[in-house]
Amino acid sequence: MDQSLAVMLTIITAATPLLIAAIGELVVERSGVLNLGVEGMMVMGAVAGFAVAFMTGSTLLGVGAAIFAGIAMSALFGFLTLTLVANQVAAGLALTLLGLGLSGLIGEAFVGQPGVKMPTLFGIDALVPFSLLLTAGVAYVLFRTKTGLVIRAVGNSHSSAHALGYRVIAIRYLSVMFGGACAGLAGGYLSLAYTPQWIENMTAGRGWIALALVVFASWRPLRTLVGAYLFGAVSILGFVVQSMGLGIPSQFLSSLPYIVTIIALVIISGNKRLTQANTPACLAQSFVPDR
Amino acid sequence: MKKLLMTAAVAAVALGLGSTASLAEAYKACWIYVGPVGDGGWSFQHDEGRKAVVAELGDKVETVFVENVAEPDSDRTIERLARDGCKIIFTTSFGFMEPTLKVAAKFPDVKFEHATGYKTAPNVTTYNSKFHEGRYVIGQIAAKMSKTGTAGYIVSFPIPEVIAGINAFMLGAQTVNPDFKVKIIWANTWFDPGKEADAAKVLLSQGADILVQHTDSTAPLQIAQEQGKFGFGQASDMMAFAPKAQLTAIVDSWGPYYIKRVKAGMDGTWTSQQSWDGMAEGAVTMAPYANMPDDVAKMAAETQAAIAAGTLHPFTGPITKQDGTVVGESGKPLSDGEIHGMNWYVKGVDDKLPQ
Amino acid sequence: MRLILEKRADRSPFFAIASPFLALLLTLIAGGLIFVMRGINPLEGLYVYFVEPLTQLWSVEQLIVKAAPLVLIGVGLAVCYMANVWNIGAEGQLTMGAIAGGISPVMFPDWQDPSILVVMLIMGAMGGALYGAIPGLLKTRFNANEILTSLMLVYVAALFLDWLVRGPWRDPQGFNFPVTKTFAGWQLLPTLGGTIHLGALFALLACVALAFVMGKTLVGFEIKVTGSAPRAGRFAGFSRNRMVMLCFLLSGALAGLAGICEVASVVGKLQPQISPGYGFAAIIVAFLGRLNPLGVLFAGLLLALSYIGGEAAQVTLGISDKIAKVFQGILLFFILSCDTLILYRIKLEMGRVGALKAAE
Repeated sequence: MDQSLAVMLTIITAATPLLIAAIGELVVERSGVLNLGVEGMMVMGAVAGFAVAFMTGSTLLGVGAAIFAGIAMSALFGFLTLTLVANQVAAGLALTLLGLGLSGLIGEAFVGQPGVKMPTLFGIDALVPFSLLLTAGVAYVLFRTKTGLVIRAVGNSHSSAHALGYRVIAIRYLSVMFGGACAGLAGGYLSLAYTPQWIENMTAGRGWIALALVVFASWRPLRTLVGAYLFGAVSILGFVVQSMGLGIPSQFLSSLPYIVTIIALVIISGNKRLTQANTPACLAQSFVPDR
Repeated sequence: MKKLLMTAAVAAVALGLGSTASLAEAYKACWIYVGPVGDGGWSFQHDEGRKAVVAELGDKVETVFVENVAEPDSDRTIERLARDGCKIIFTTSFGFMEPTLKVAAKFPDVKFEHATGYKTAPNVTTYNSKFHEGRYVIGQIAAKMSKTGTAGYIVSFPIPEVIAGINAFMLGAQTVNPDFKVKIIWANTWFDPGKEADAAKVLLSQGADILVQHTDSTAPLQIAQEQGKFGFGQASDMMAFAPKAQLTAIVDSWGPYYIKRVKAGMDGTWTSQQSWDGMAEGAVTMAPYANMPDDVAKMAAETQAAIAAGTLHPFTGPITKQDGTVVGESGKPLSDGEIHGMNWYVKGVDDKLPQ
Repeated sequence: MRLILEKRADRSPFFAIASPFLALLLTLIAGGLIFVMRGINPLEGLYVYFVEPLTQLWSVEQLIVKAAPLVLIGVGLAVCYMANVWNIGAEGQLTMGAIAGGISPVMFPDWQDPSILVVMLIMGAMGGALYGAIPGLLKTRFNANEILTSLMLVYVAALFLDWLVRGPWRDPQGFNFPVTKTFAGWQLLPTLGGTIHLGALFALLACVALAFVMGKTLVGFEIKVTGSAPRAGRFAGFSRNRMVMLCFLLSGALAGLAGICEVASVVGKLQPQISPGYGFAAIIVAFLGRLNPLGVLFAGLLLALSYIGGEAAQVTLGISDKIAKVFQGILLFFILSCDTLILYRIKLEMGRVGALKAAE
C-alpha cells in the first residue's frame, strides 16, 4: 500500500510540469497559434527561476522569474509570428534553439550550486494542486465564459472573428503570452521543485512531450490532465518493472512512453468525432487584417 | 546579499577563464569534453583537472578546451587543436578513440591522451581510473547502513566500467552482508535530473533504503535527503546538495594525472603508455565519510587504506558469477583485461545484462 | 506607435534576393554585440567565426564534409515544408537509414567488392524512406499530427540503435564497448580528394535534381500548389494524401542516405551516437535556404560554417559553445523576420494606441 502510494506520488510529480506546459500550449493553439518553442521557453524558465531563487533565497521570487522569462520568450515569438507573420513552425523551432543556447549562457555561473527547494506538504509541493486548479480554470474559462468563446472563435475562424470586431492579433498575443507563462512555470518547477539545481538542457525534451499531449488531448483541458498522468505513469512504471529485474531491455521500456504517445495520437486523431469538433480550424495560419 | 556577491564572484571566474595567457613559450595543453563543462559530473571533473594544471604550472602552460563535442565528428575538433599548436591533447570520452588515433597518425609530434579507451599508438596514451575501487568501499558502507538490506542502483549505460562498478559494489557489500540485495534501473542517460529523480523515487518505494548512482546529476542524492534516506555522490563531492544524505562520494580527481603528463610533455619524458590509476595514485578519492556511525567510517577508511596500499583488491578470486560459474584463481586478483571487458554480473545481482 | 503590414501587390523581387543577406547582416551586428558584452573585440570575434575557417584548405574540406549531410537532409525537408508537410523527425530517419545500410557490413564483414557499397547506400535510403513512411501513413490514414509522430519516432530510433550496438550487433573484439565492427575497404565511401567523400556529391546532385523537379515538372508544381493553396490543389484534382506520402518518402530517403553516408565515412561503424543532430539542424538549413533547393545548398554551407567557426572561437577566443547556438537561433529569427519584407511593406504608424493596450 505504502509502495503504490509512493509510486503514485512519483507519477504525479513527473506529470505536473508536462501538465502545466501543455495547458498553456492548449490555450495558445485554441487561439489558432502553434508555438513549437515550448522547450525553449521551459528551459529559460528553469534557468531564470533557479537564478533568482538562488540569489534571493526565495522560491516565490524564483517562480515569478520563471514565469516572466517564459512570457518574454513568448512575446518574442508573438512579435515574429503575429506582427511579422513569419512561419509559426520555423519561429517555434528558432525559439527552442535560442532558449537552449541562451539558458546555457546564463546558467554557466550556476552549475554545481545547490538550489532552493520549494516547501512541500506530504511530499507534494504547492504547484501540484495549482496545476489541477489551472486545468480546471482553463477548462472553465475556455468553455463557460465569453473570453473563452472569443479565444476559440479567433482560433476557428480569424476572419469572422475580425469581422465581428474582435482584435484577433491582440487576443492571440495574450494567448501566446499565457502559454509562455505556463511553459516558464513548468520549467521553474523542474529547477525549483522537481530537482532543485541547474544543469544545461535540463528540460530534456519535456517541452515536446507537452506539445504532443495537447494533440493527444484533442485540445480539451481535462483530457490533457489524463494524458499527462498517463505519460507519467508509463515512464515511471517502466522503472518499476526494471527494478524487479525481469531482464526486459531497458531501451524498450524507455521507448514505451513515446510509442504509447504515438498509439494514443493515432487512436484519438483517427476518431473524427473527437478531433474535428475540437481542432482549431485556423491552427498555425497567419492572419493579416485587411484594412 | 552575501549570496549575490558570491554569484558575482562565480560569474567573474567563469568569464575570466576565457582569457588564457598566450605567452609565446607557454606549453599548450588542450582538452576535449563530450558534455558541457556545466554537466556537474564527468566533463566538469575533467575541467577541474585542467584547472589544477593551470594552478600548478601557472603561465608556463596555456590551456584550451572545447566542450560539447559530438563524438561522431570529433576528429575535426581534435585536428583543429593539433593545428592550433596544442602540444598535448586530452580526449575525454570513449567515443573519441578512433578519431584520436586518426588525427594522431597525421600529427606525430603532438602527444595524445585518450580517456577510457584501449587502443594506443606511439603518440597516443590511454588513461582511466579504477573507479570500481571506490565502489567496493561504498558497497561495504551500504551493507552496514541499510536496514532493509537492499540498495537501489541507478545506472546509465551497460559499458564495462559501469558493470565492473556494480560488481565491485556487490562484492564489497557481500563482505558485510552475504544476502545483500541490489535493485537496478538503467536510466539510459548520463544526466537527466528529472529521470534520475524518478528512478530514485521508484527504487526507494521498492524497498531500497540506500541509493547508489552511476549517472552524473545530484538528483538522486537530493531525493534521498528529502526522504530521510542515504546515498553516495558520483564524480564529485555532492555534500552541498545533500548534507544529511551523502555518506561519501567517489571523486574523480584527474588533476594529479594531468599535471604529471603535462610536465612529462614539457620536459620530454613523455612516452606512450596505458595508465590505469586508482586510489594509490590519488586518481580516485573518497569524499569525507559523513552521516554514519564511527565504526562504519572506521571500516570504510581501513578498506580504503588497504586498497590504496595494494593489499586489498576488489576483484580477488574466486568470484562466483550470476550464472554460477567461477572466475579467478583463489587469492589472485583478476587481470586488468578481464576487468576492462567485464560483461557479466556477480552472484546476487538481480538484473540481466543485454547479450 | 505601431507596426503596420501592408500587403504588396506582387512579391518584391528585390527583397526576395536581399532578405537573406539583410538577415545575415543583422545577425552579424547582433553577434558583434554579444562579443562586446563578453569583452571580446567584435571584429576579431566575427573574423574568427566566419572568415578564418575559409582561409585554410583543411577547414574548407571539413566545412564541405559537415555541410554534406545538412544539405542532403535539408533539401528533402525543404520540399516537405513547401508542401506544408511537417517532417521534424529527419534525425530518426537518418538513424534508421544508418541501421538499414549497416546490416550488410555488420552481417557480412568479409563482403569486399563495390557491390556492398551500392547495397549499403540503397538499403540506407530505403530504411530512411520506410521509417519516414510511418508518420506519413499515420497522417494520411489516421490524421495523426506528423510533427509529433515523426519527432517521437526519433527517440524510438535512437533507443533501437542503442539496443542493437549494445546487444546483438556488438563487436566481439570491442571489449564490450557499444560499437559494431569497424567498416573497411569497400564498406566505406570513396573520397573525392582530401577528406571530402561521396556524400558531398550526393548532396550536390540532390539539390540540382530537386531544383529541376520543383521548377520544371508537374510534380513540383503539385507540391507547391498543395502547400500554398490547398483548396486550389483539391480543385485541380491533386491528392493531398499522395503528396504527404511522397514528401515523407523523399525526405526520409535523403535523410537515410545521409545517415549511411556518415556511418560509411566519418564514423566508420555503428555506435550509439552517429550524428551530432544533423536531422534537427537540417530544419534550420531548410528555412535558411528559404525552402529553395539551391538556397539550401548555400544555407547548409553557412550553417556548417557557424559550427566550425563556433569551434574556432572556442579554441582561439575561449568563448562558450552556447554562443554558436544563440547565433543560429538569432540568424533564424532574422531570416524569418526579413522574409516578411518580400510579401509586405512595413510601416510605422505614429500616434495610435498600440494594439496590445487596446485589448485590455
